[in-house]
Amino acid sequence: MSQALVNPEGPMPDEPDPNGTGNDLSTLDGASTQPAGRRRKKAVGEAARAVSSPWASLVAIIIAVMWTLPTLGLLVTSFRTQKDVQATGWWHAFVKPWFTMKNYEQALFGSTTSLADYFVNSLVITIPAVLIPLMLAALASYSFAWIKFPGRDFLFVLVFALQVVPLQVALIPLLQFFNSSGIDGFWRVWLAHSIFALPLAVFLLHNFMKDLPGELMEAARVDGAGHTQIFFRIIIPLLTPALASFGIFQFLWVWNDLLVSLIFLGGSQDVAPLTVRVAELSGTRGNAWYLLAAGAFISMIVPVAVFLGLQRYFVRGLLAGGLKG
Amino acid sequence: MDLASKFIPMLIALLAFAAVVAVVMTVGWLISRGSNKFTDALQGYWFILPVMLMLAVGLLYPGLLTIRQSFGGADGATGFSMSNYVDIFRDPEMRKVVLNTLLWVALVPTLSTLVGMVYAILVDRSRVEAFAKALVFLPMAISMVGASIIWKFVYDYRPAGRDQIGLFNAILDGLGMEPVNFMLSQPWNNFWLIIVMVWIQAGFAMTVISAAIKAIPDDIIEAAKIDGTGAWNLFRFITLPSIRGSLVVVLTTIAIGTLKVFDIVRTMTGGQFGTSVIANEFYNKAFRYSQYGSGAALAVLLFIMVIPIVVYNVIQLRRS
Amino acid sequence: MRLKRIAAAISATVLAMTMASCADTGDDGGSGSDGTKAEAGAIDCAPYKAFGDLKGKEVHVYTSIVAPEDQPHIDSYKPFEDCTGAKVKYEGSKEFEAQLLVKVKGGNAPDIAFIPQPGLLQTLVKETGKVVEAPKETAANVDKYWEKSWKEYGSVDGKFYAAPLGANVKSFVWYSPSMFKDKGYEVPKTLDELMKLTEKIAADDKDAKPWCVGFGSGDATGWPGTDWLEDFMLRTAGPDAYDKWVKHETPFNAPEVSKAMDQMGKILKDPKYVNGGFGDVKSIATTTFQDAGQPILDKKCYMHRQASFYAANWPEGTKVAEDGDVFAFYLPGEKADGEKPVLGGGEFVAAFSDRPEVKAFQTYLSSAEWANAKAKSTPGGGWVSANKGLEVENLKSPIDKLSAETLADPKAVFRFDGSDLMPGAVGAGTFWKGMTNWITGADTKSQLDMIEKSWPKK
Repeated sequence: MSQALVNPEGPMPDEPDPNGTGNDLSTLDGASTQPAGRRRKKAVGEAARAVSSPWASLVAIIIAVMWTLPTLGLLVTSFRTQKDVQATGWWHAFVKPWFTMKNYEQALFGSTTSLADYFVNSLVITIPAVLIPLMLAALASYSFAWIKFPGRDFLFVLVFALQVVPLQVALIPLLQFFNSSGIDGFWRVWLAHSIFALPLAVFLLHNFMKDLPGELMEAARVDGAGHTQIFFRIIIPLLTPALASFGIFQFLWVWNDLLVSLIFLGGSQDVAPLTVRVAELSGTRGNAWYLLAAGAFISMIVPVAVFLGLQRYFVRGLLAGGLKG
Repeated sequence: MDLASKFIPMLIALLAFAAVVAVVMTVGWLISRGSNKFTDALQGYWFILPVMLMLAVGLLYPGLLTIRQSFGGADGATGFSMSNYVDIFRDPEMRKVVLNTLLWVALVPTLSTLVGMVYAILVDRSRVEAFAKALVFLPMAISMVGASIIWKFVYDYRPAGRDQIGLFNAILDGLGMEPVNFMLSQPWNNFWLIIVMVWIQAGFAMTVISAAIKAIPDDIIEAAKIDGTGAWNLFRFITLPSIRGSLVVVLTTIAIGTLKVFDIVRTMTGGQFGTSVIANEFYNKAFRYSQYGSGAALAVLLFIMVIPIVVYNVIQLRRS
Repeated sequence: MRLKRIAAAISATVLAMTMASCADTGDDGGSGSDGTKAEAGAIDCAPYKAFGDLKGKEVHVYTSIVAPEDQPHIDSYKPFEDCTGAKVKYEGSKEFEAQLLVKVKGGNAPDIAFIPQPGLLQTLVKETGKVVEAPKETAANVDKYWEKSWKEYGSVDGKFYAAPLGANVKSFVWYSPSMFKDKGYEVPKTLDELMKLTEKIAADDKDAKPWCVGFGSGDATGWPGTDWLEDFMLRTAGPDAYDKWVKHETPFNAPEVSKAMDQMGKILKDPKYVNGGFGDVKSIATTTFQDAGQPILDKKCYMHRQASFYAANWPEGTKVAEDGDVFAFYLPGEKADGEKPVLGGGEFVAAFSDRPEVKAFQTYLSSAEWANAKAKSTPGGGWVSANKGLEVENLKSPIDKLSAETLADPKAVFRFDGSDLMPGAVGAGTFWKGMTNWITGADTKSQLDMIEKSWPKK
């Protein structure tokens, strides 16, 4: 998905239809007679005011605190010694501050293989394992949403119901398949991750895809565009937020995965991802479990960065104007 | 180590994949040039073909194999019998396990979606939106290993009079109450474990719902505002109907995920003290006890529990 | 089961962890008496010539032993690599148990796996048929260097597959030598004395409890309880009854088992005696085994029964020695001068290939040369073997020495951890569950009956 494709203005027919086509939302109060025009900015401000009541803010803050506090505990713990961790609660670290970097030193430099190698392996595993299912699922969900063919609904339900197959039952058959078909190396783990991601990816993207305004597709077809053109020039740009959200989750799952990569790639140092290193921090018998806190934070950096980095694709208003109305 | 030695093969692989996509698209385009009445349908099948092939090999076949094994006696490979299913229903402990699973699948999707939705709406358009969302997203980014330690420091129990290292018991202590051994107090321990899953999944709900909220056309909201619609009505008549589809998707996804997930139960109680769920028993049987048939029957039980969710989605699909 | 792993008795002490952080200089640890490097040193290459020219060949080893304990293993292979020119590729995984079967069945078996449970070996042999019998050279080494019982644990249906590797001792009670000295307590020599000491401590010290216990272990919660019962079975019913019980020749709920369980219940279920630093009897179920011994350091508790590998759980700076902060004594038997039952664990070397280099490596691992090389390449301590060729002075830490002496004691009767020998449905299932149910209030009979009922038919 190159940047050039993310151009909401380009492919969209510039013909707002302010009087709507029977969207029950807009007929609520005849509101859609308002032109989309320049007032969009103002609307943003007003809507913000609507939810910025003190109570709303309070609820938001409470949720944020509840969701962050346990993690804060882990962060503090990651800077404490084993003895302190086992003796007193993490909040004591604020009463009587005493921090150590030892856990991080151990987590970062405690292995003969440098941590950078594990980061590289994780990236090499993760990037294709996100892009491959994203692309294939986008194409399939377009087909499921906008092309009519016999058995479409049945096949779609089949795909999404496959979400329920626990991936544990698929490990041995898939391994046997790879062995017999000669697929080797990283391709195994990329394909395995892709396969396990596809049902959810198709399901999620289909949901956003089918909400796109049909007129758009019809107009394009009238103009002589084929499905290939519609997919690349209209669907992909419009679906950016959905692609970004699925991309984030697939990235997370693959990044945090231990099982799939150990089975299909093995845990040797030249291919093992970061999770292997983090898991073994606790030692063979889990005696150094307190190091896991530091390990968890080190491995969290990249997914959080990706989440923040992808925020700009959650653009508002791609579908604004008359397209939906 | 030489970075290039790993990234270059990866880039080559991505190029190979791009080439495959290009071939798929070109053939799709060629199909569209033909002009009989099957062209469209043919293209439809062609575009879903890569996904269907991968799923057939990687999930459908293993799923069918599992169903077969569930009828194959305890080891999954002998004869054809219902014995595994009979065993499940005879086992008095399984009733508790099934009930726990139902509790999970009822509470986790609803609570996570509720929290995720409320939060997504509240922080939408706020100045610190990205940061605020990152906070709730954080638990998703933490590996299971990290999460289990995090919650150890919430639920940990020490006797009265000793320094509590668990947050909840420290609070009880501060209020002058007796500490509680959360993991032992049945049936509440199930709820304490469910909270962990909700804590993780709310980030998923929030992200998807947030994307859906952003897809609501501005002028609709604008118009409603000008009309003097209050915040509640705005939510009820505009936001909610617009994100309905996404809510169904989120609920469904989390429900199915909840049925399959057992890491939390596994790492925090090992499935003991009356907290086990079907997926945990499935894992035990198939991977610890080498009773593949019995494990497969439990997996099939999960398939069956998903049917109502699938039916609900089919109804939704028909409606739209 | 991950935590229960009875890998090579490697209790990586915190010391070992810090050593390993500079493990790439693995030869800087203490030097042997001959003044050579701590590295394994040269060995007699003759035994490996018989396998032909192995230059450039590779052996893939898959184990449950991960960093930092992996480096001493890798270092200890060097003499073999020097002799033969073959390379050993080492892969450790925390998910070993769950993944080995999947890999073998999926067609991706390693050349060699270190298996911590004889029960898993049985499953692998019977279900996959991919395990290769040990070569005769290896068998000869095992006959020469190990007790007979060890060879049996590595055999399935009379055929010998897997040579033993490392070992650990489970029949240990951790205590604080200085606390015992201050109070004038003696290390007990019989089970009776142990009970008397327990009573005395409870009477003497109102602020502490004699015992601290933890059955918690994440997804393997319950296993420390099974070790307790096994230790008491060995003492109150004897090794022969123990063997029959483990093999299910007598039912799981036989009278001698409930006798042993009630005997240990006199300690574990008496609120006067447990659970130092953690609360009431029930708190045993949720206290993790890693945390369980720690109150000894705060003088909240006097004794903690746990294996030799618990040495790795003491915080940095704790001196683990007979004259230090903490140490262990042998959990005594009924008589002071009778046979000494020793409960323990260890791992076994199973091969999935019969290539010459694999056979040669199996033979090397079963030799006394390897055991000593391993001891020398583990400067931080935390490793022992039941190999009789292992020279105790090569071991570095006091607890390793005590373990080795306990194993080598002529009166010692070694028995392998029973839950690792039982079928998975019991040994990693209902046995764990039964022990946690029992400690949280269920009675002895109901739980033994429940476990007996769960024993797989056929």
